[in-house]
Amino acid sequence: MSNLFDLLVAGLATGAIYALVAVGFTLLWQTSQTINFAQGEFVMLPAFLMLAAMHAGAPFWLAIILGILLSMILLGLGFKLLLVDPMMRHGVLPLAIATMALAIGLKEAVKQFFSAEASPFPSIVPTGDVSILGHAVSLQSIGVLVVAILAVFGLTALLNRTSLGHQMQAAAQNPTVARIIGVPVERMILLTFLINAVLVALASLLITPIYLAKFSSGEVLGQAAFIAAIVGGFNQVRGAIAGGLLIGVLDNLAASYVSTQYRAAVPLIFLIVVILFRPQGLLGRAEERTV
Amino acid sequence: MSGFGKSLKIALGLIVIAGLIVIPMNFNRYGLFILSQWAVMTIAAMGLNLTLGYAGQVSLAQGAFVGIGAYAAAIMTTHGWPLPAAIVVAIVLSFAVGWVLGYPALRVQHHYLAFVTLAFSTLAFLVFRNESWLTGGIYGISNIPRPNFFGIATNKPLPFYYVCLGSLAIVSVAVWWLIRSPWGRAFMALRENPLRAQSLGIDTRRYTLMAFAIGSALGGVAGALYAPLTQYIDPVPFNLSLSLDLLMMVIVGGAGFYFGPFLGAMIAVLLPEWLRFTEGYYLMLYAIAVMGLLIWSPTGILGILDRYLAERRTKAASAQRAVAKSRLETAQ
Repeated sequence: MSNLFDLLVAGLATGAIYALVAVGFTLLWQTSQTINFAQGEFVMLPAFLMLAAMHAGAPFWLAIILGILLSMILLGLGFKLLLVDPMMRHGVLPLAIATMALAIGLKEAVKQFFSAEASPFPSIVPTGDVSILGHAVSLQSIGVLVVAILAVFGLTALLNRTSLGHQMQAAAQNPTVARIIGVPVERMILLTFLINAVLVALASLLITPIYLAKFSSGEVLGQAAFIAAIVGGFNQVRGAIAGGLLIGVLDNLAASYVSTQYRAAVPLIFLIVVILFRPQGLLGRAEERTV
Repeated sequence: MSGFGKSLKIALGLIVIAGLIVIPMNFNRYGLFILSQWAVMTIAAMGLNLTLGYAGQVSLAQGAFVGIGAYAAAIMTTHGWPLPAAIVVAIVLSFAVGWVLGYPALRVQHHYLAFVTLAFSTLAFLVFRNESWLTGGIYGISNIPRPNFFGIATNKPLPFYYVCLGSLAIVSVAVWWLIRSPWGRAFMALRENPLRAQSLGIDTRRYTLMAFAIGSALGGVAGALYAPLTQYIDPVPFNLSLSLDLLMMVIVGGAGFYFGPFLGAMIAVLLPEWLRFTEGYYLMLYAIAVMGLLIWSPTGILGILDRYLAERRTKAASAQRAVAKSRLETAQ
């Protein structure tokens, strides 16, 4: 029983990180029909940007800020201007392939310019355990959950409570009409790319202390976020959040109750079942696009 | 004019084929390995081009079928079966699994289909890795023999390269015939407008499954050649990135163009080798080259050629129109 509790907490913590990445993934899909196969590498890179800043002598807090800013410039602005903009009008598939190439490029660049070895990464949360309901829960898990939940709440508030958020929703749902009523659609699309860049940088900050910074660490994470986004509902932010948490918990439960060999299979089979019987995702609505 | 163009095309084709036979004769071992790999990957990419380029069904599982074919060949030939028998088994097995994988395509399309096939691809990898009683697990299967054909051993790199090239030739002819047959036309109808295809009496259900099954079977053929080529297989080459690579080959070469996979496989297999002199940077440059190419021409290399030819044809036609018009005017 205590084992189950621990698994749930650990699962929710990983799931919260998946959710951050998955939300960014769905945002890009909704506003620009970009299936970003490099999303996992997008999470891998900011950690290295922060490490590079620290190697250059910056303190940790400054490195975090620099990492997030650089991530916004490279993975937000640069990605949109250099790759997405020229290819957007040519349909989903060529762009998806280009992001696959981008994933290879990012991995190789980090391997070449930084290191092929895994590097340790400092945690923003102190290590140690606290006792909740008689269970020892690691501070790290709690910290990850808190930061992820704050980020998601912040984003939801932005989308639903502010005029800016409403404009973004309009730009995603119906670009033509949005343009007619005066929404700067192009700027809104750019904004979603910047938000995605911040989300992946946050996810990078949260997950790298647990799994170390390695050039190939994006592969597994990218796939998990991908599955989370689809399972929850490709066209819904709250779907992606639910999907992330669900996949995180499922992954952790599968690891201890199914078999370590086939733990990775459980989310995949779940994915296939969801797509076949509810292609719009568990929380998604068919034929409608909402941020 | 068109007769001349046709004979030019045939002459060009013959030169390329002769080149592929003669030039590698003094290649070293590694060069022959890379070229054989190109032939094998072209076969797999041709299969995916049938599924994706002609029938319009996105599949991210072609690498899994290469794996299925490779394991079928490795297991059978190490147990004393001849390679042709293993190829037949690989075809039948991949065809059957591909047929089953086609069923989701009847329910969901486009990116959703891509996700289902992606999941399948990773599941297949897990099976290759974990079912060690059959596949040798992470240790793989080693000492895969190369076949004897008509008493000629193909252990050396050059004879085996000819086996790969010959197989590529057979597959090319078969695919050429297939896309010109009513089936090929049905595939294209499926891609262009499934609803209209159905209203014209094409059994879209059956052709969707067929597109998957035939494309996958070619993946199996490629795998069955890959195993004796490397003579050792483990699960790693057949993970998701092979499926992604094959998809990249088809798109970069030009999806829906007959020669697309040949060029795409050339870019994916040979370009990194040509860039080797840049050492650590070669895969980075490769990635940049692929992105640059896709930005320039999202329809792939053959898309550029196609656009150029179409432009020239329009120009020629308008020139002819102008001539005809001026003749009419002078006649009046």
